[in-house]
Amino acid sequence: MNKHEWLQRIYDQHIAYEKREKRIVRFFQTIIVIAFFSLWEIASRFHWIDPLLFSSPSSIWHLFITKVRDHTLFSHTTITLTETVLGFIVGTIAGICFAALLWWFPRVSKIVDPYLVILNAMPKVALGPILIVALGPNMTSIVAMGAIISIIITTIVVYTSFKEVDANYIKVLQTFGATKRQWFTEAILPASFPTMISTLKVNVGLSWVGVIVGEFLVSKQGLGYMIIYGFQVFNFTLVLLSLLMIALLSSIMYQLVSWFEKKLIKRA
Amino acid sequence: MPILTIDQVMHAYVTNQSAVLALNHLSLTVERGEFLSFLGPSGCGKTTLLSIIAGLIEPTKGRVLIEGKEAKTMRQTIGYMLQHDYLFPWKTIEQNVTIGLKLTGKYSEKTRKQTLALLHQIGLRDVDDRYPYELSGGMRQRAALVRTLATDPKILLLDEPFSALDYQTKLKLEDLVWETLKQYRKTALLVTHDIGEAIAMSDRIVLFTAKPGKIKRVVSVPDSLKACTPFQARQHPDFSPIFQMIWKELESIEQT
Ligand SMILES: Nc1ncnc2c1ncn2[C@@H]1O[C@H](COP(=O)(O)OP(=O)(O)OP(=O)(O)O)[C@@H](O)[C@H]1O
Ligand SMILES: [Mg+2]
Repeated sequence: MNKHEWLQRIYDQHIAYEKREKRIVRFFQTIIVIAFFSLWEIASRFHWIDPLLFSSPSSIWHLFITKVRDHTLFSHTTITLTETVLGFIVGTIAGICFAALLWWFPRVSKIVDPYLVILNAMPKVALGPILIVALGPNMTSIVAMGAIISIIITTIVVYTSFKEVDANYIKVLQTFGATKRQWFTEAILPASFPTMISTLKVNVGLSWVGVIVGEFLVSKQGLGYMIIYGFQVFNFTLVLLSLLMIALLSSIMYQLVSWFEKKLIKRA
Repeated sequence: MPILTIDQVMHAYVTNQSAVLALNHLSLTVERGEFLSFLGPSGCGKTTLLSIIAGLIEPTKGRVLIEGKEAKTMRQTIGYMLQHDYLFPWKTIEQNVTIGLKLTGKYSEKTRKQTLALLHQIGLRDVDDRYPYELSGGMRQRAALVRTLATDPKILLLDEPFSALDYQTKLKLEDLVWETLKQYRKTALLVTHDIGEAIAMSDRIVLFTAKPGKIKRVVSVPDSLKACTPFQARQHPDFSPIFQMIWKELESIEQT
């Protein structure tokens, strides 16, 4: 057997192993989902758990079909999704822009540092009532909730990563006479991409929190409203349906961020 | 007019803890086409001096003139290769070595080709589209050298450019760099810890004392060695005596 064939065989073995490993992981993941929902259904049927409180997958499914038929689920979901995506984008972009400003003006960053710490420590959802009164009980204030919850932490995390970029990269650029703007675009920004991506991932979760709490408070429409309404009329099937929708949508958003990450960071 | 004048330069690093004198009353003039090596104990201020010449840090006192003008305004004439490679990890090797061309507005298909040709000449083939983490330390150092040479600077500041190379590659690269510099009459300042390398490549060798950094002595390399390539110089009968002499000087510096 020559060397080439041998290497090929080792490589094939490696790939086969990886495939097998992946299949096993997928298998157990599927088993867990099936087991979870079956157990839930059975437990509810046999009254091991209170079906009024915990509902059951089948009743949630029936409710889902009804809600799809009368188009209410679609409209509530679209509203919440729009608010969340907007809040996420506004919060993230504004956070990164603030971070860039702080990097550009170091003195400003020193001055505002303690205020950032305080703002970060404050529970942002507590601002909800004020926002709603100030901006009106509508989509704007809910989007603002989704954004405000992630903006400060994004600013702090991204600014810290800007600061931690090795100054020698800037020295290299300086030797070629680069401008401060070029330092930012050629070194600071690309060096911070990995940090930015991880804040994106955190922000996906945060904006959902902000938006759902916003909808609780405004209580007009959206999945958050469906939860509050279901709670008030003691329809927990409705609450759980909304929760499952949220889980589904937020994991799709998360996957999108991961896909974006792969596009942005080409190196391994 | 000398291409580089260092006039009574002093530099102190000031931190919140203290102010440390790194360079003390340093003066030196360098003529166009000269090759100088800096030898001295670790921490004696060699990197500091190069950074000042490159205009990256302002000396606390004194002046550095390049062709009679303030160093800060003459950045385009200087190519500075830092002590570590500092290739941008998010750029491919090609993007890394051409960044200087892009920033200085010299980027064209012609300069791009020249730079890539230099990359191949220096022994880096088929790496244009790879990322720095895929290269060995020595390969990265060579890529950093190409990045510095790409913009065709008049004065080259090289901070231990060959330190991560194996001995054979190092000898070959010394010859290649030396020939390139002589051919285009470039001025070069080389920081090294290798006495042999300093003798083989330079016209003059500057010996530093530490704490604070000061010039102890400037040794002129005999014409017989200057005429040879670095590789030939290492075999030359005049090589050994000057090596011994510098060795003794450095010993005495370390003892004080
Ligand atoms: N950014 C800095 N802040 C404070 N002190 C510094 C800084 N950079 C260097 N120094 C100090 O200045 C002195 C000279 O440092 P420098 O890096 O110029 O030495 P060097 O001769 O290049 O050493 P080596 O051969 O180890 O590279 C050292 O004592 C060092 O501790
Ligand atoms: Mg040094």
